[in-house]
Amino acid sequence: MNFDFTEEQTMIKDSVSRFVRDEYDFDTRTKIVASEEGINREFWSMFAELGWLSVPFAEEYGGFGGSVEDIAAVMEELGKGIVVEPYASTVVVFGGLMAASNNDALKTQIIPSIIDGSCMGSFASTEAQSRYEMSDVATTATACDGGYKISGEKTVVANGGTANKFIVTARTSGDQYDRAGVSLFLVDAEASGVEVKSYKMMDGQSAATVTFSDVVVAESQLLNAVGEGMDLIDQVMPQILMGLSAEALGIMATLNTTTVEYTKVRQQFDTPISSFQVLQHRMVDTFMACEQTKSMLYRGLSQAGAEDRHELLKTVHALKATVARYGRLVGEEAIQIHGGIGMTDELNIGHYVKRLMMINVTFGDGDFHQKKFNQLAYSV
Amino acid sequence: MDINFSAEDLAFRDEVRDFFAREFDSTDSAWGTDYKGATVNWQKKLHAKGWIAPGWPTEYGGTDWTATQKFIYETERGLAGIPDVVPFGLKMVAPVIYTFGNEEQKAKFLPRILDSEDWWCQGYSEPGAGSDLAALNTTADYAGDNYIVNGRKIWTSFAQHADWIFCLVRTSKGMRKQQGISFLLIDMKTPGITVKPIVSIDGKHSLNEVLFEDVAVPTENLIGEQDKGWTYAKALLAHERTGMAEVADSTRLLKALKQRASVEVNGGKAMIEDPIFQMRLSDIEMELMALEYTDLRVLASTAAGGMPGPESSLLKIKGTEIAQAIHELQLQLASYYGGALPDDLTAEQLGHDFAFEARGRYMYGRAATIYGGSNEVQRNVIAKAVLGL
Repeated sequence: MNFDFTEEQTMIKDSVSRFVRDEYDFDTRTKIVASEEGINREFWSMFAELGWLSVPFAEEYGGFGGSVEDIAAVMEELGKGIVVEPYASTVVVFGGLMAASNNDALKTQIIPSIIDGSCMGSFASTEAQSRYEMSDVATTATACDGGYKISGEKTVVANGGTANKFIVTARTSGDQYDRAGVSLFLVDAEASGVEVKSYKMMDGQSAATVTFSDVVVAESQLLNAVGEGMDLIDQVMPQILMGLSAEALGIMATLNTTTVEYTKVRQQFDTPISSFQVLQHRMVDTFMACEQTKSMLYRGLSQAGAEDRHELLKTVHALKATVARYGRLVGEEAIQIHGGIGMTDELNIGHYVKRLMMINVTFGDGDFHQKKFNQLAYSV
Repeated sequence: MDINFSAEDLAFRDEVRDFFAREFDSTDSAWGTDYKGATVNWQKKLHAKGWIAPGWPTEYGGTDWTATQKFIYETERGLAGIPDVVPFGLKMVAPVIYTFGNEEQKAKFLPRILDSEDWWCQGYSEPGAGSDLAALNTTADYAGDNYIVNGRKIWTSFAQHADWIFCLVRTSKGMRKQQGISFLLIDMKTPGITVKPIVSIDGKHSLNEVLFEDVAVPTENLIGEQDKGWTYAKALLAHERTGMAEVADSTRLLKALKQRASVEVNGGKAMIEDPIFQMRLSDIEMELMALEYTDLRVLASTAAGGMPGPESSLLKIKGTEIAQAIHELQLQLASYYGGALPDDLTAEQLGHDFAFEARGRYMYGRAATIYGGSNEVQRNVIAKAVLGL
């Protein structure tokens, strides 16, 4: 039994860690967020050169052939720097769906372009009414000559402004909530009828409202067969949630370390505030929260390859619920213990907290996942 | 990352499982009527099997189990609902004796601990020395062949059954309070010792006060050097903090709670179908799922021959908090029926056969965050040792 990363995993983890430490300090990040595009494309090219963009893809497409453990290793380190370049969006979510698709022709075309950095992708699923129910899809795809015509509007599409390709959930049959009527299409951002309005989110990353007006896509752009969109999403979602949770873990660990160090230098009543027992106990609680979150992530990573997905799904729902609960605890305590300075936009603390808040609401918040957990665990 | 046990470890697990299933009789009514007799009987079976002291070095009668085997043994024990051995002799005083005692002491005491001939209790806490253990006042005055002991020990579990008590006593004054403390082994039959029962909030008697009035203790019963007892006790306290996660026990209790919640109804509907009850259940279950892996992380480090990482420090706090949360929900499930006392009615008459146990577990379970270093003291320890505060 061991919970160690392999040598290869350690190498890539160290490489991301070095980048964050040496080249992605908080000032650098702040300037990137304030820039027009909100990301640094030179860094993105560097990610490609270092092989980070190839992590989850099979070797036959030029990938690293990594597992969810490798994704988690990268994401945890990116979290420590609250890196805004769209790694989760492009590689973990868009790339994850693409890698699990059974459309080989499409994979052969797209995956190498993700790996070389030329394709940024985004998953356009959320609609104004859909909240966390992925199968609540009003966007339609109706059969037409040579393929499908997509119409509808997707909102707060992560990194929609920088993406040149979208994977879109669209309804090919059934009513608005029918799972079996959802299909996944690859749509070019430049295609006729696609309109993208980009805006900033609280975590410094961008999102977009993407409108599809009679956008014609060929049948060859279906990721899986018609009506099999939800199956593909269900298949990939555990890995996506573990990736996001690993990012959250990196953020939580950083918040805890930063807070502990701050209390050792901050003096009040003529003594470092780290000497106050009431603060010590609160920091012990956030330390335990972080360790328990890590254990839950490891539980998921350990179960990822198992034949029986019931236990994995339970763990992943529990993981996302744990990230929500303990992420909030760690974030709020970091602000509280920093005091007034914790309220300032100038300090990095609040920015780490805001990324945690966005991870919490990405693909289902804590209550959503705890309810899913309950359904799996306590159905009579 | 690899969480699989080896084939040898799995074979060992099956052996343990089979032994427990074959040899332990949970329906034996003696567990309810004659706690000491049932306990000694079970411990003698374990001794005959050679499994009574997994933590001891083999030269004194321990097993030569690996860290993983010890973990598997404890897990199977907890899952099967088999009580742990009484810790005072086997897990507390014995390590002090074989680590710091002399050859005569080892020869005299260790075999009788192994075969459960002697029942030990722990004389640490005093009315004025709880979490601040070093504030203890019980004195032992050197008088030639004997120490003369005077003072009061309290919260002494099962002193009413005990043949021996190991005590921290003050042999010198005027230095730091941690200095001048000695570690004495005292025969409970010595004149001048009085055991007074303390009934706890679960209505039961396991706790006691032990009074010492001019009790003459032979100097040969001093462990190690006079005035160095604090050092020995600290080593023992560290021992007491491990194995506190009790993941397997909580897993078993949670499973029983879920089964019970599918039978107990409100408005004709099983409680386990109630969405709010489900949230309370999963709050606990998710925390336990994480703790199980925290425990495995610690095991992985120790099995590889390393030191456990900082995560090991949270096992006692989280383990006891989870156990208490289970007790709370179990009592909540017992609802009004849980208030009934077993004195004048039977479980069958009450109609909820777990209700007595639910109340008892809840009430006595409050102790888990107090003993073995209260959870507040545990937090102090983590703040200092792990966070460097």
